[in-house]
Amino acid sequence: MVIAAPNAQTAPRAIAPRPTLAALWQAASAVPDPEIPVLSVTDLGILRGLEWDEADSQTLVVIVTPTYSGCPATDMINASLRDALMAEGAPRVRVETRLAPAWTTEWITADGKRKLLEFGIAPPGAGRAKSAVATIDVSRLRTSRRDRSAQEPIACPRCGSAETQLLSQFGSTACKAHYRCLACLEPFDYFKPH
Amino acid sequence: MTDDERLFQYLLRLGDSPLILAQRLGEWVGHGPILEEDIAQANVGLDLLGQARMWLTYAGEVEARFAPPGRSEDQLAFLRDSGEFRNLLLAEQPNGNFADTLARQFLFDAWHLPLLGALACSRDARIAEIAAKAAKEAAYHVERSGDWVIRLGDGTDESHAKMQAAIDDLWMYTGEMFTADAIELALIEAGIAADVRSLAPPWREHVEAVLREATLATPAGAFMQQGGKRGAHTEHLVHLLSEMQVLSRSHPGAQW
Repeated sequence: MVIAAPNAQTAPRAIAPRPTLAALWQAASAVPDPEIPVLSVTDLGILRGLEWDEADSQTLVVIVTPTYSGCPATDMINASLRDALMAEGAPRVRVETRLAPAWTTEWITADGKRKLLEFGIAPPGAGRAKSAVATIDVSRLRTSRRDRSAQEPIACPRCGSAETQLLSQFGSTACKAHYRCLACLEPFDYFKPH
Repeated sequence: MTDDERLFQYLLRLGDSPLILAQRLGEWVGHGPILEEDIAQANVGLDLLGQARMWLTYAGEVEARFAPPGRSEDQLAFLRDSGEFRNLLLAEQPNGNFADTLARQFLFDAWHLPLLGALACSRDARIAEIAAKAAKEAAYHVERSGDWVIRLGDGTDESHAKMQAAIDDLWMYTGEMFTADAIELALIEAGIAADVRSLAPPWREHVEAVLREATLATPAGAFMQQGGKRGAHTEHLVHLLSEMQVLSRSHPGAQW
């Protein structure tokens, strides 16, 4: 910047006091998921940490874990986080993607699950979370497929009926399956355990 | 060949198959038999594309160690010619009808999931974390594609005939999924690559069980076409690349 700030009292950025990490976390928490705007990045559990860069005390490092590998919202979430944190006073922001441990729907907060339900998306059940295992037991896979009907039913987020039917493993986004309610006949999305 | 050169080649193999298959699935967008499946197909493709990006980004970083500055994921995807691609021949086979696409997907998914499961234990931490993430996605892919093989195989006479023909046609491209050349053998030895040879029996067991439930016959043909992993492709790949790469080739460096 070569142009002086109009307000002479404005201190140069480099020596401005840094906002606290708690205040920054608060600001980051307000960033919504672009595809499910009722959920924030902290409701989803994808914001994993904030820290000042050890090598540069004016750079805030934001650690984000992507939900799905191909999630098209990732770039937008990263840009929104950068904007929100700079608006809160972070001099510089660097977003780092962390893959391990891999994101799981278990990181969606209880509050987040409630918001999903109110938004019309059935939240992920606890019973079917899959985790990557060292050796994939093929017989187990076959069983899980066969036993789908025996699993805990996915309740309709609108009328609450347990009489629902899977239409497609992939709904409006990769993270959701498409169901329909046999009681109220409404289609709905189910956030798949992941 | 140095260790890094071998690792680079291996990462291309890991990344190119999901990349090419994602492009094939993308060709379905707007043409699916029903809206739900049109979307599902695109979502599976999106998962695979995301996985390919992680593998190819890593490949470019490894390449930078022996041929700096190394290529970016975009340069690797859009500026290589067909002979430089290392994907499985299965991945590049044309979409055909819906049964052809789902048969291709199932044969691939049933291999991909255990491959990723094995890679999640790789001694290379980066490979392990990408694989652990991708495996969670692949578990849903194989569930869907296996369901469709059964639904169409055990469906009408026409869907049964189409699914059987699809499995028969694609069968000869499944052999190379389980072969390991000198590059892979060295990496298996080092605990970095997955030993694909050991994945063949459980894959066959899984596939046969699904085919049985689908009232389909397991093909008896023993001839297996190979070459994808060393860059000898079927003619279909060139056509696929011409569409996939046209924008980057016509407008070098274009961004949005």
